[in-house]
Amino acid sequence: MIKAILIFNNHGKPRLSKFYEHYTEDTEQQIIRETFHLVSKRDENVCNFLEGGMLIGGSDYKLIYRHYATLYFVFCVDSSESELGILDLIQVFVETLDKCFENVCELDLIFHVDKVHNILAEMVMGGMVLETNMNEIITQVDAQNKMEKSEVNQDLTYSLFYLPV
Amino acid sequence: MALKIVKGSIDRMFDKNLQDLVRGIRNHKEDEAKYISTCIDEIKQELKQDNIAVKANAVCKLTYLQMLGYDVSWAAFNIVEVMSSSKFTYKRIGYLAASQCFHESTDVIMLTTNQIRKDLSSPNQYDTGVALTGLSCFVTPDLARDLANDIMTLMSHTKPYIRKKAVLIMYKVFLKYPESLRPAFPRLKEKLEDPDPGVQSAAVNVICELARRNPKNYLSLAPLFFKLMTSSTNNWVLIKIIKLFGALTPLEPRLVYSCVHVVKYLGLLAMSKILKTHPKSVQSHKDLILQCLDDKDESIRLRALDLLYGMVSKKNLMEIVKKLMLHVDKAEGTTYRDELLTKIIDICSQSNYQYITNFEWYISILVELTRLEGTRHGHLIASQMLDVAIRVKAIRAFAVAQMATLLDNAHLLTGNMQRNGICEVLYAAAWICGEFSEHLENPMQTLEAMLRPKVATLPGHIQAVYVQNAAKLFATVLKSQEGNTDSTAAQETSQLMIDRLPLFVQSANLEVQERASCILQLVKYIQKLQQKDVEIAEEVNALFAGELNPVAPKAQKKVPVPEGLDLDAWINEPPSESESEDEQPKAIFAKEEPKHSRPRHTEVDEKELARRREARKQEQANNPFYIKASPSSQKVYQDTPGVEHIPVVQIDLSVPLKVPGLPMSDQYVKLEEERRQKERAEKKKKEKKKRKEKRSGRGKKHDSGPESEEDITPAHQVDIVTEEMPEVNSLDILYFVPLADSEKLPVRSHRETPKSPAEDGDTENAALQEPKKKSTKEKREKKKDKDRDRKVYDIQGNLQDGSQVVVSVIFENKGDSFLKSMEFNVLDSLNSKLQRPDGSGPHDGLTVPFQLPPGVSNEARFVFTVQSIIMPQKLKGTLTFIVKNEDSSTHEKLDFKLHFTCTSYLITTPCYSDAFAKLLESGDLKGSSVRLEGVNMPFHHLLARICFHHHFSVVERIDSCASMYSRSIQGHHVCLLVKTSGQTVSIDAKCDEPTLLGNVLDEIKQTFSQC
Repeated sequence: MIKAILIFNNHGKPRLSKFYEHYTEDTEQQIIRETFHLVSKRDENVCNFLEGGMLIGGSDYKLIYRHYATLYFVFCVDSSESELGILDLIQVFVETLDKCFENVCELDLIFHVDKVHNILAEMVMGGMVLETNMNEIITQVDAQNKMEKSEVNQDLTYSLFYLPV
Repeated sequence: MALKIVKGSIDRMFDKNLQDLVRGIRNHKEDEAKYISTCIDEIKQELKQDNIAVKANAVCKLTYLQMLGYDVSWAAFNIVEVMSSSKFTYKRIGYLAASQCFHESTDVIMLTTNQIRKDLSSPNQYDTGVALTGLSCFVTPDLARDLANDIMTLMSHTKPYIRKKAVLIMYKVFLKYPESLRPAFPRLKEKLEDPDPGVQSAAVNVICELARRNPKNYLSLAPLFFKLMTSSTNNWVLIKIIKLFGALTPLEPRLVYSCVHVVKYLGLLAMSKILKTHPKSVQSHKDLILQCLDDKDESIRLRALDLLYGMVSKKNLMEIVKKLMLHVDKAEGTTYRDELLTKIIDICSQSNYQYITNFEWYISILVELTRLEGTRHGHLIASQMLDVAIRVKAIRAFAVAQMATLLDNAHLLTGNMQRNGICEVLYAAAWICGEFSEHLENPMQTLEAMLRPKVATLPGHIQAVYVQNAAKLFATVLKSQEGNTDSTAAQETSQLMIDRLPLFVQSANLEVQERASCILQLVKYIQKLQQKDVEIAEEVNALFAGELNPVAPKAQKKVPVPEGLDLDAWINEPPSESESEDEQPKAIFAKEEPKHSRPRHTEVDEKELARRREARKQEQANNPFYIKASPSSQKVYQDTPGVEHIPVVQIDLSVPLKVPGLPMSDQYVKLEEERRQKERAEKKKKEKKKRKEKRSGRGKKHDSGPESEEDITPAHQVDIVTEEMPEVNSLDILYFVPLADSEKLPVRSHRETPKSPAEDGDTENAALQEPKKKSTKEKREKKKDKDRDRKVYDIQGNLQDGSQVVVSVIFENKGDSFLKSMEFNVLDSLNSKLQRPDGSGPHDGLTVPFQLPPGVSNEARFVFTVQSIIMPQKLKGTLTFIVKNEDSSTHEKLDFKLHFTCTSYLITTPCYSDAFAKLLESGDLKGSSVRLEGVNMPFHHLLARICFHHHFSVVERIDSCASMYSRSIQGHHVCLLVKTSGQTVSIDAKCDEPTLLGNVLDEIKQTFSQC
């Protein structure tokens, strides 16, 4: 099971937080800060796995993270998940973001965290990996966005139709 | 109503959307909290509006703020409102917000049940999807109970997108509402075989999670999972299944194999790929890979074998092969065993035996391999035996002994007569024993073994080699027997041949028949001559004279035909029948033997000859199979890059080991280990010294890296290594420092310096103290790096009678360990010898009569006998000792050098001025002089220094001029006249031994150049 997925930048600013277990907002912020401290002090050339972290920790849990340019992608998982599998999943996640945002950068995540959530929802559901096939993920995300767009257009047409002249 | 909508839309245009909020927060870095609180107020206003679009926008912003740590639970009801929107866009926003901030104690959740149910059954799959996703995050026991049925129905939805989500969420439902598990499980199990891989994966996921909690309930699914594992192409599913098996294996050990195998196989496959680029990183997993050889799965074993091939190094070859040999013994089924066998040979012989450091070991391995039953690679073993025996000269004696044993026990090998069976090695054995029969201990016995009637059952080509080599052996036996007075032995040997050979003459194999009859006739003739008491051994041996060299099959072709040479034309008359009888048999023995081109005696000029020689050398150098014995060609190998690594010529066997019976290669492994350990210890020492060197900034610097592959020297080169040792240790040169108290200092008491004795005395003391301190300090620095148990050595020379020198050594234990059983030994030179107690040999060490606890020092004295004292000399020595720690003790040694300077042979002897004058007048002394520039010290210091360091006494001193005297232990007089003007000091000296004088003056110069 995945316990939490965090994305924060090199300064520890959260760009996405998804907890699959309930914490109070304060605890969540604490977890993000602590995770940032744990991950950011590690060298680039060390492994991507990290055990410990008081809040999220427990002996069964570990942090699996990847660092891309200005962003850290951190997954907190228990022992039922394979480390390499999750690493691969992060890669799929990032590649999907890259496809959906066309050369994704931190700003995309800052302004469109809702979209990031929607993408993530197609990959992980309730802490369990739902889909690892990038094409499938993108297909579903695109289909939903298309639906949303048609709804907005509908909405606008409807409004304009009744607009007093 | 319509107007309301329009109003809502227009309002919305003026509201902040999420992007505006984010931008605003970024623009209010200083008062972020304040800005956000105004935003929250705005949001609260927006939520009060009826327009769902406005509400959704507000909820969307709240979701963002929630991430920043703001509590938004107060908006829960609004979130439910947005979730209930008929529009997917808003619904999604609502469900996202709910999934981020709803939890079991959120009371509005109970209001959502119906809405969620509605969404789950929506005709729009994305409505359903969004609802499932949201529910997966905030499902409560109540929701689970109420919706379990709906979700179960969705598990059979037509759309795989819904199916996979429904399957996955079932786990959450099971957690919150365990009663649902039993009715849902059959459907879940069904989903393992869903046509859609995504649904399959979800089912695997759920079952894996369930199995982690309660493994034994899921054992029955193992076969199903196994099927999935072998058929699935989805890595994620594979990983999950392996994880699942990990949970199941404690209950069902049989499962270990199936899943471990997949992983192992994949791991080994990956490793072999890594090996190509990063051999070092794979080598560290050698043990693991060796373990894989025990695996039940043959494909894993073969993979591991492949890996091993690439992993061997000089360091681990023996170990790896040893392990492989164990596997050979254990291996079931000849296919795998044969594979092992070829691998062993491949591994050992790769790159021209690059990794073999001990060929005796290799021969033993080959011999051990012959004991394999039913192998089809007898030929391979045989060719290796031949190759090694031919190419590695130093190994021949050993090889021959082994082969003789093989021949003796031939009956053990002849069980398998099929082609390429193990009996092929007899071919090699017979040939090696015949060809190198001079190394045989008991040629007669081997000859008998080769002529046993049972030989006739061997394949023809082997019999042929037997017959031919029996002839060679016969020649050797004759030679040894003819030296004896008793000629009957030789005749009996001939008789043996005559008795046994007819068996082969009758052979159905033409070659055997031909050779046998030829040799039979020859032996009969020999016997005839023997009966006439003619000595024929010489002539018989001439038949097989000359050494066979292996040459590549095409080597001859590459030699260019000189211009003007017609190879087809007869140069001389066609040869008579008696021509070169001794060359013929040779050509038959070795397959590798090139065809002799026709003898040509063309006249070629020197230049052409040289050119051809060059070409040939080139050819030989480039052809690693072309081995020459002559030293000149050896040089060629060593000079040519690429071939130098061929260990053939470099091997200098130490005393060959005599192994009775069949050899055990294991002992070589042990020997090799010991040897390496020793080497490593030495190397460590060297390295320490090197470091020390760097610290003190003296001496040449070496690269000191971690022990690398190349550092391992072949066993047979150990000699060279030890020879180099003292060189490296030259830093340990120990100085002779005369010690004031041990010398009884005649200097002070008998010195005849009338002026300012008090003052002189003081400075003398100072001078005496200073250098001593200095030298000790210096050495201490040098030793400091030695982390453990090292000693400070101070050597004081002392002189007694004409030919004896006493060396005092201070041993100081600088380490933390206890040192004991110290043995001091010096390699005697012709001139100087360490005096050892009666009865001990010239190479025995002297036991140091004390032990050293940590931090303690003690002095020991050793007496040396010196013949000539006119030259300085250095003696190499070793101190061996046992380092004892709490838990272990190791034997270590320290190399050092003793530097006997000429000065140390001088004894401070007082001399009165009139005697001194008489001595100078005698005219027996020869003069010499030396100038010292830039000596910046008071004159009396200078004199004190000479007195102290070089054992002189001042005879007379007048202003800046002084006369000094010393005497050697052998009675040479040394007189000095020291004058100083400014910074220049000139020393005129006279002595009855000019060489001694020269050296003493050099040493004085040295002393002053150091200050």
